Amino acid sequence: MFKKILIANRGEIALRIIRACREMGIGTVAVYSDADGASLHVQTADEAVNIGPALSRKSYLNIGAIIDAARLSDAEAVHPGYGFLSENPELARACDENDLIFIGPSADSIALAGNKSTAREHFRKLGIPIIPGSGGVIASADEATAIAVSIGYPVIIKASGGGGGRGMRIAHDADQLIRAFATASGEARAAFGNPDLYVEKYIQRPRHIEVQILADTHGNCIHLWERECSIQKRYQKLIEEAPSPFMDDGLREEMGAAAIRVAHAINYTNAGTVEFLVDKDKRYYFMEVNARVQVEHPVTEMITGIDIVQQQIRIAAGEPLAIGQADVRVNGWSIECRINAADPENDFMPSPGEITSLALPSGPGVRLDTHIHNGYLVTPFYDSLIGKLIVWAPDREAAVQRMSRALSELRIGGIRVTVPFHRKVLQDERFRRGDFDTHFLDEY
Amino acid sequence: MSEERYMVTSPLMGTFYRAPAPGEKNFVEIGQRVNSDDVVGVIESMKIFTELKADRPGTVTRIMVENEEMVMKNQELIEIEI
Repeated sequence: MFKKILIANRGEIALRIIRACREMGIGTVAVYSDADGASLHVQTADEAVNIGPALSRKSYLNIGAIIDAARLSDAEAVHPGYGFLSENPELARACDENDLIFIGPSADSIALAGNKSTAREHFRKLGIPIIPGSGGVIASADEATAIAVSIGYPVIIKASGGGGGRGMRIAHDADQLIRAFATASGEARAAFGNPDLYVEKYIQRPRHIEVQILADTHGNCIHLWERECSIQKRYQKLIEEAPSPFMDDGLREEMGAAAIRVAHAINYTNAGTVEFLVDKDKRYYFMEVNARVQVEHPVTEMITGIDIVQQQIRIAAGEPLAIGQADVRVNGWSIECRINAADPENDFMPSPGEITSLALPSGPGVRLDTHIHNGYLVTPFYDSLIGKLIVWAPDREAAVQRMSRALSELRIGGIRVTVPFHRKVLQDERFRRGDFDTHFLDEY
Repeated sequence: MSEERYMVTSPLMGTFYRAPAPGEKNFVEIGQRVNSDDVVGVIESMKIFTELKADRPGTVTRIMVENEEMVMKNQELIEIEI
């Protein structure tokens, strides 16, 4: 096992990794930017190295500075956390070249997972269901209608250069498609400087359901059930839970097996997530592989009792998985609410600033992963996530009740946070019934 | 004098950028004419980008902060003479 690990991240996930290391008797090296000198991850780690100015690209995205910090501190391995460089194959490659172990998949697997068009083709050939569509750029409205006829309406037109829901148009018939093609192309040119469009089948009322996998370097791969992540705003997840209220045992087994096939196909190792869209008739479609630990990993930990971050470290150290698929036993229900420094009354506008008062929830079944404290300055330089409130209870209804209770105990003064938003959603009848999809918040 | 010029201020705490991306041309320079709704700068806060736009037509007379400088909510950034 490693003696010392460098954590190439900040905030709550840096703390989460430090905690895993400490429980395993592994030394920790934090890195920090000029904006984070007083942060909890710096104070909690055994050592800390300044890696540059506040702007991410000069510090947390600076591969050279991170490698230097690892060598300087004699760390043997680097944990990238999520975000920042976690899915950049260059960090994994730089670790290889400097005799450091990257705690994640190989650079090649990360690159394969990251290239959506080659990944799509690759998995289609393996029989993994993918959303039917043009695959590549379409040249004309005629071509678009021909594809639409073959895959069936409704279809969605998307801009190649787009993202976050911009430049998308839904068409239910040929007339709508021809009109949508013209406007979407112009919009895409104006918004992204790139008029290229592609067409795919529009999945009605989809759920976002993802499967957590663990794959060791000896060819063993298991899944740790699914997470339900349909409560999203502009493709940003806000509430996650495990298991999904929509799943049944048959679908779970099928999607779990598909996720493992995806992992094997790209020689995936370490912890990862395979994301699917699931339609109202429980047909599932592969979306993408997230080649890292997920923000929402705790809900899986809560129901399986498996520490995913510790598993990541063991896999990176070359240990075979000590758990087989039959050992994965799920108990109860878990929900996570993302606490963001954002104003839910004002379209989730960022709300940096100083935390002037703080009361934290606790009691049975409550877990809070956060780096904030009273007097902490939430800077504008990084992501708005300032904490994750996670609960466990024997069943979903009890978990919803417990989350409502925990949210009522969480008071953060000085900045706007998403707590009131979560409290409202948890009161919602549809949410309580588990009857929702990715459009839930648009219609809310 | 005051009714002949106005200030573009920051709507929130964040990092001020003079150009759309590192190495690209600045949105505006001192002495440049701008029209209403022209983008004169951008503020990044928590990975969200907010464009700063000219309220009324005029000429840029002062740029009070450096590129990539952290600015506060309501801080005066760019002076425009009508």
